[in-house]
Amino acid sequence: MSVADPLPHDSARLHVTGAARYVDDIPLPANALHLAFGLSDVAHGVIEALDLSAVRASDGVVEVLAAGDLARPADVSPSAHDEPLLAEGRVHYAGQPVFVVAATSHRAARVAARRAALRVAPLPAILTVDEALAAGSRFEGGPVVWDKGDAEAAIAAADLVVEGTLELGGQEHFYLEGQAALALPGEGGEMHVIASTQHPTEVQHKVAHALGLPQAMVRVECRRMGGGFGGKESQGNALAVAVAVVAQATGRPCKMRYDRDDDFLITGKRHDFRIDYRAGFGRDGRIRGVAFRHLVRCGWSQDLSLPVADRAMLHADNAYRIPAMRIESHRLRTNTQSATAFRGFGGPQGVAGIERVMDHAAHALGLDPIELRRRNYYAEMPAPRPDRTPYGQEVRDFILGGLTEKLLDGADYAARRAEIAAWNAGQRVLRRGIGFAPVKFGISFTLSHLNQAGALVHVYTDGSVHLNHGGTEMGQGLFQKVAQVAAAEFGVPVSAVRITATDTAKVPNTSATAASSGSDLNGMAVQAACAEIRARMAGHLASLHQITPDAVVFAGGAVQAGGARYSFAEAATLAWQGRVSLSATGFYRTPDIAWDRARGEGRPFYYFAHGAALTEVVVDRLTGEYRILRADILHDAGASLNPALDIGQIEGGYVQGVGWLTTEELVWDNAGRLRTHAPSTYKIPAFGDRPAVFNVALHQGANPAATIHRSKAVGEPPLMLGISALMALSDAVAAFGGGRVYPALDAPATPERVLAAVERMRG
Amino acid sequence: MAQVSMTVNGKAVKRSVPDTTLLSEFLREHLRLTGTHVGCDTSQCGACVVHVDGRAVKSCTMLAAGADGASVVTIEGLAKDGALHPMQTAFNDNHGLQCGFCTPGMIMSGVDMVARYKAEGRELTEAAIRHELEGNICRCTGYHNIVKSIQDAAARM
Ligand code: FES
Ligand code: FES
Repeated sequence: MSVADPLPHDSARLHVTGAARYVDDIPLPANALHLAFGLSDVAHGVIEALDLSAVRASDGVVEVLAAGDLARPADVSPSAHDEPLLAEGRVHYAGQPVFVVAATSHRAARVAARRAALRVAPLPAILTVDEALAAGSRFEGGPVVWDKGDAEAAIAAADLVVEGTLELGGQEHFYLEGQAALALPGEGGEMHVIASTQHPTEVQHKVAHALGLPQAMVRVECRRMGGGFGGKESQGNALAVAVAVVAQATGRPCKMRYDRDDDFLITGKRHDFRIDYRAGFGRDGRIRGVAFRHLVRCGWSQDLSLPVADRAMLHADNAYRIPAMRIESHRLRTNTQSATAFRGFGGPQGVAGIERVMDHAAHALGLDPIELRRRNYYAEMPAPRPDRTPYGQEVRDFILGGLTEKLLDGADYAARRAEIAAWNAGQRVLRRGIGFAPVKFGISFTLSHLNQAGALVHVYTDGSVHLNHGGTEMGQGLFQKVAQVAAAEFGVPVSAVRITATDTAKVPNTSATAASSGSDLNGMAVQAACAEIRARMAGHLASLHQITPDAVVFAGGAVQAGGARYSFAEAATLAWQGRVSLSATGFYRTPDIAWDRARGEGRPFYYFAHGAALTEVVVDRLTGEYRILRADILHDAGASLNPALDIGQIEGGYVQGVGWLTTEELVWDNAGRLRTHAPSTYKIPAFGDRPAVFNVALHQGANPAATIHRSKAVGEPPLMLGISALMALSDAVAAFGGGRVYPALDAPATPERVLAAVERMRG
Repeated sequence: MAQVSMTVNGKAVKRSVPDTTLLSEFLREHLRLTGTHVGCDTSQCGACVVHVDGRAVKSCTMLAAGADGASVVTIEGLAKDGALHPMQTAFNDNHGLQCGFCTPGMIMSGVDMVARYKAEGRELTEAAIRHELEGNICRCTGYHNIVKSIQDAAARM
């Protein structure tokens, strides 16, 4: 059976030979044009003059368009219709596209784009959350507030109160393949777009709208992305719409890929947050109540900020039973790139907030931080009386108690903690620290209607299977997992299943591949389509052999019917000769979810995925530099569809989470210009940043929810395991002060920040 | 315009290209060898590594004219008669890739590294692998399986 096999990535052989094609690798027709945007370098202002004559005169330039030149207004936002493709009258951030150039080569377009004379009369720019709060610059009119019980009263009555602030920086996706899109105009005004996008359907909608075409005349395709991480959920819209608009205007194929620096400057990043907290604990280490204030820097347009900020609120409990809680979430509008989806979608910020509270309280109470966390865990599955989250969902599948115990045993926690304390006592310059972080992550789109998926499967008479579904491949291994599901349904080897590019013309009206939902949703839809075809084949063979359809067995590449044994190809041919359709669609919608966003109540999630990590670091007090010495991870992937791919997600997610919280620092200057716009100034984890010892294992166990083969989603949850590194750094820093002062380390905890914190410890 | 001739993956090629053409552009756009990827355009990510006269080079840092007369090997030229190079097999078998965008550069750097250490009789430790690859970024894998792949290939090469 193909399910649960640790097969390589579906395109592994193409990748190692350089034969896998990304958008920029597709051969172009001879008359194709290349596009580049001209950008604003002012964060906020009124466009007074835009002289494009030098751009038009530049070598190789064929077309130049500003907002006023467009045949109809083109919007590139995912929902709020507040993002014109090209700035209209005003600019709202430094990096905003103002005009688009089409030229005969990528380089000619880029050179020409620098030649514009753009005069902007600056207006006051709102850059920080403080400025936005003071100016009342926000989305949704006011903060979103959820109350469970009376948090203030609970905190006031508690034995111990901890309070503080945690700053969490943003994060650039740095998908290694930059944003790219290609438009091929067809006959009668049709448009075929090939894009590096997590959301082909949204691209189709945006392009159709911008071109004034029905959706049926726009086809969007994506075979693969060179990484997405949320950054290609909505941020590719601008390129796709631009290539389509210019292709319509010129009748020529158009391609656009952002140069890396442009990609940094134009596209949105992870939301940075400031989290203020006040929490009350009993002497027993049990939390009584907590109040959070989330200040969310959303950037200039709404994009996906509302659901991101919601998900942060939905994860403010993480793994803990909290009797009383208040969260105030301010979605602040600033003159910066529009912050967007990034792996975890606000969840990581919410989780980091409560993890800080737990860590701070453990320090104040003099308790082991892991012990304190375990005392506050939700009731373990199967709980006779399951707990409820602050938003009212029953927690029926909680397994972090057992998982934590197993992790700590395997990682030898107790002995190592003692050994570290002894080692630290003998050091002058170095201190080691150890930190822990659990994660409980809710799986489902919080906008319930997005939890649907479709598939299209054909079986040919030679027994080969053509597989298509609405999910997109960005490296996570979705296509292979879903192919394994299809192969298992037909009892054929995975090699018999041909994976094909995501295509709005094959499966329509799809959701983004996001929220970790890719294999949950698409795996189920594909299973349904395959089951339909198999049932038809079985019905036909059963009637030929005078047996019941359930006596027809599909296994080992063969079909057994009565005494006869056919190859899968023979069975398919027989069905065809019997005039049986060998093509089917499949559809799935997640059951049992219901969420009232306005009231902040309901069951937004079908189930929870869990994991825990223990990280050990060493810090140098003279420079603030540090190394990760060891990381141990145990992660819940349910009954894994492919353990090798899942472990890859966990390793990559952890390292990306560590990067977010340690070295990846985005810096804007006082004029609102992003100064870190290349890997030279923005430090992504490199080979040397990987933990020296890195033990990653799956916590195997069937998902109690009826997911595809009882597996669990694994794309986003592991990112939050990186929080353990921030906790470990905090532990090491505290050791410089003999544990007297709580370091309250902000993120990213760059060596500069760590050094400053060490200085504070040493008073 | 510059007249450029070189041997690419064993074949002699000759083109007339603008003087400023980068080797990466030359390979991708003029020869249509698109396995050499451009990830940063500024010689920092390593996705564009190829071999020039047997040494690993970031092809976005070199002009095509600078490789005039050289012998260049790209990821497409690594497999011989359909048989994968041991480094390619190792990345496949050890799950040394996810999105695959960094993979050609990692493999070309890996081949060069293993060959150099072998030629110099030095031991290719894990620490050495990490150090050698500081100029190659992978955003997906967390590097663990890439290191494993290179160690595995070194044993097979
Ligand atoms: S493209 Fe050459 S190093 Fe990044
Ligand atoms: S596999 Fe995606 S960048 Fe390395």
